[in-house]
Amino acid sequence: MTTMADHPVLTIKDYKSDQDVRWCPGCGDFSILTAIQKCLAARQVPKEKVVCVSGIGCSSRFPYYMDTYGIHSIHGRAPAVATGVKLAKPELEVWVITGDGDALSIGGNHFLHAIRRNIGLKIVLFNNRIYALTKGQVSPTSEQGKRTKSTPYGSIENPVHSIAVALGAEITFAARAIYNDPKMLQEILERAANHKGTAFVEVYQDCAVYNHEAFSYLTDRQTRDDNILYLEHGKPMIFGKNRDKGIRLVGMDTQVVTLGQGVSEKDLLVHDEHCESPTLAFQLARMAYPRFPTPLGVFRDIEKPSYEAMLFDQIKATTAKLGPGDLNKLFASGDTWVVE
Amino acid sequence: MSTTTSSKKAMATTGKRTETLEQAVIRFAGDSGDGMQLVGTQFTTASAVIGNDVSTFPDYPAEIRAPAGTLGGVSGFQINFGSRAVYTPGDTVDALVAMNPAALKVCLKDLAPGGVLVVNSDEFTQMNLAKARYETNPLETDELDKYRVYKVPITSQTLLAVKETGLNQKAAERCKNFYALGVVYWLFDRPLDVTIRWIDSKFAKVPAVAEANRRALQAGYNYGETAEIFSVRYRVGKAPLKPGRYRNVTGNQAAALGFVAAAKLAGKPLFYGSYPITPASEILHELTIYKNFDVRTFQAEDEIAAYAAVLGAAYAGCIGVTGTSGPGLALKQEGIGLGIMTELPTVIVDVQRGGPSTGLPTKTEQSDLWQAMLGRNGDCPAPVLAASSPADCFWAAMEAVRIAVKYMTPVFLLSDGYLSQGSEPWRIPNLDELAPIKVEHPTDPADFAPYRRDANGSRPWAIPGTPGLQHRVGGLEKLDVAGTVSYDPANHQRMTELRAGKVENIAAEIPPQEVYGDEAGGALLLVSWGGSFGAVRSAVERAREDGQDVSHVHLRWLNPTPRNLGEILSRFRTVVVCEMNMGQLQMLLRARYLVDAYGLHKVRGRPFMVSDIRAKIDEVLGGR
Repeated sequence: MTTMADHPVLTIKDYKSDQDVRWCPGCGDFSILTAIQKCLAARQVPKEKVVCVSGIGCSSRFPYYMDTYGIHSIHGRAPAVATGVKLAKPELEVWVITGDGDALSIGGNHFLHAIRRNIGLKIVLFNNRIYALTKGQVSPTSEQGKRTKSTPYGSIENPVHSIAVALGAEITFAARAIYNDPKMLQEILERAANHKGTAFVEVYQDCAVYNHEAFSYLTDRQTRDDNILYLEHGKPMIFGKNRDKGIRLVGMDTQVVTLGQGVSEKDLLVHDEHCESPTLAFQLARMAYPRFPTPLGVFRDIEKPSYEAMLFDQIKATTAKLGPGDLNKLFASGDTWVVE
Repeated sequence: MSTTTSSKKAMATTGKRTETLEQAVIRFAGDSGDGMQLVGTQFTTASAVIGNDVSTFPDYPAEIRAPAGTLGGVSGFQINFGSRAVYTPGDTVDALVAMNPAALKVCLKDLAPGGVLVVNSDEFTQMNLAKARYETNPLETDELDKYRVYKVPITSQTLLAVKETGLNQKAAERCKNFYALGVVYWLFDRPLDVTIRWIDSKFAKVPAVAEANRRALQAGYNYGETAEIFSVRYRVGKAPLKPGRYRNVTGNQAAALGFVAAAKLAGKPLFYGSYPITPASEILHELTIYKNFDVRTFQAEDEIAAYAAVLGAAYAGCIGVTGTSGPGLALKQEGIGLGIMTELPTVIVDVQRGGPSTGLPTKTEQSDLWQAMLGRNGDCPAPVLAASSPADCFWAAMEAVRIAVKYMTPVFLLSDGYLSQGSEPWRIPNLDELAPIKVEHPTDPADFAPYRRDANGSRPWAIPGTPGLQHRVGGLEKLDVAGTVSYDPANHQRMTELRAGKVENIAAEIPPQEVYGDEAGGALLLVSWGGSFGAVRSAVERAREDGQDVSHVHLRWLNPTPRNLGEILSRFRTVVVCEMNMGQLQMLLRARYLVDAYGLHKVRGRPFMVSDIRAKIDEVLGGR
């Protein structure tokens, strides 16, 4: 029997490595780092049971700042590397730390396939809508018209909605948070951590140097309440400083309405995280500023068997049927003959 | 056919003569739907079971099903079997079975003059001749005069033989490959029992099909025995093989078995991450069966992910292996660089095929040596070894794993299309012949440092889940010993040297290079590596029997090379590197040893022929 003395209580400090955090002053990454450390401390996860796997980009320096196991891998490949870690030791808690370029551009393929397999990875995408480590080029989440070093006349590309992409691959847990709301961020990360299967959390994050205030419409005290829709399971979708606006479905499309002018709460969409169909979540994932408020919270949370559970079930079933592997038997299978 | 004795002794029962041969090469050729690979495999097993040494090579089109009867759809399977050591599938064919005109047209050029030609005369119809682009029926002209032609109505005879089994016409016709096999079994005096057992077990659930195939096989055999057309049959005696239990393996099967064995000996789970690619896919197919050995196979979304997952699994303590071919390796190289930087044990099997680009996917080549040696950014050395024969893929796979875990490094194992698909008898080892593979994972946090090296130059393999050993690895340069990120110039120099030195250290445990022939030196040394072993060894063996001053060095390790290699190369007046590329090892040897090595370069999508090598020997030594 283990006692409390064997397992001293872990605090946020225990998850910090001895390395100096080298993000720029004011970077939104700091609050995400703290939130993940708090999420681990809150759940008392032993440090040796955690592996943080990242790709390339500012956010991907993350593993160096954690006193856990970690791999700072190559650009875009973190979900694949993490898949190997998880299949080697499914009991580990494996976090994938990635950015908008890393996950959605160079690593799009791995992002998609990790999700469709529903492998037990916690994927946290730090979305600052810019390539920051390479000093300011357009990213796949940059808005159309965005002027950057690589798009001096404005970007002509359509941005990708990461949660919509994840839903396309049938993600079982998808959520969005923002760096300046640490309480909500931590709550969402905890739910992601406890989810079986792939959990995806997009975190809007401010790049203080190359895309400062890209999310000011969500952080500015004057505007944020009119621009954020907090998703709450089972609750009608109401938002606004005065809680007087809502989202309703007209035909196949969502629409912003003002309550009171012939529209009541019961006309509004009610959020359902556990809906089997991803359609509602997809509608929400496509709602973007300035036409719509930005949904924050859990878009989808459903249960499906995880890849690792099914893999080890197959191994277990095969071993039960054939017995544990015996090299002599293996070598001598098929047609054999003896030379005297 | 190399004939040692020609017994004129009449066989009492049939009145037919038997010739004893030292060695013979036979090829089954037909449409890709004709089951030629299957009967080829059966012939191989039957030959091996009666004690011949055998070497085989399948040759099938890249397209899954080219239109039936066309030249593009011809599928062949070649077997070289003998009472002496057989190293290659054979240069030319002594007996050809052609199931249709297209097969005849494609393969006739490989049939030796005077060779046996069995044709399925039923298929030489106007339509099939046209598909094979024959203007006149070669069976009715003098085109085949220099061969011993046996026209056998295989299709109609098969239908007759299986009539009573109640199969429909289409299913009945499908048995014709076994009829052809029966004819050849008679011709080369092979027993039927091995194949009958195989048929019974394969078709246990469809007794009518089993019965039909058995009848077709027996009918073909009886046809040889009773029909007037065959006046001679051939016998190939037992080869002097090392005693033991044998089975036939292809290179890909052998590699898979080697990895399972290595992981088991190491006491670790095997993680095989791969993306389907010709000609490496069979390793994945094979390994995925062995789940009860705790083998975890992962078919990744792409080549890059396959290696990335393998690296992640290695970090967490699995024996990590990936398999691929040339274009796939190109995609994996950034990941392999990360493997070298993070110093994690992984094995990359590259089953080389014709390149560049998509090249010749189903054909063989040895042109990824530079890619394995040099194909990454930075100074990024990795150990490279190559298997020399299909069965050797087993031993090479075990060795690759042993070196990977001992030196904490990615290791390249080079196979090729020929080795992977070709087969030969593999003597099943006793478990005590397999050297243990020692793996240690540190557990003591006192004094742990992720980049503190042991006497081999290897860093510790600390795995997640171990309390107190949390550490981070990654692609950024790391500080010596401590393993934290370091941009210090002197440290980068030092770490680069340590990584290179570690690979060089492997040379200490590679056995000294052996010379086949004259250790002391001589006029000509042929150097080969990988799948060229068989052709070069056969040629040198025969040349030496003919009194030529030629020796052979076959390299198993390409990086590092054996310590005594430079010394050996310097003892010969002429050094010729024989490889199926345009001179990749040749250039490396010239660079390393300042030796004036020449090259014999063939990139025709097929293994060297013994005659290619002999011609080169004659050219250098001035003829026999």
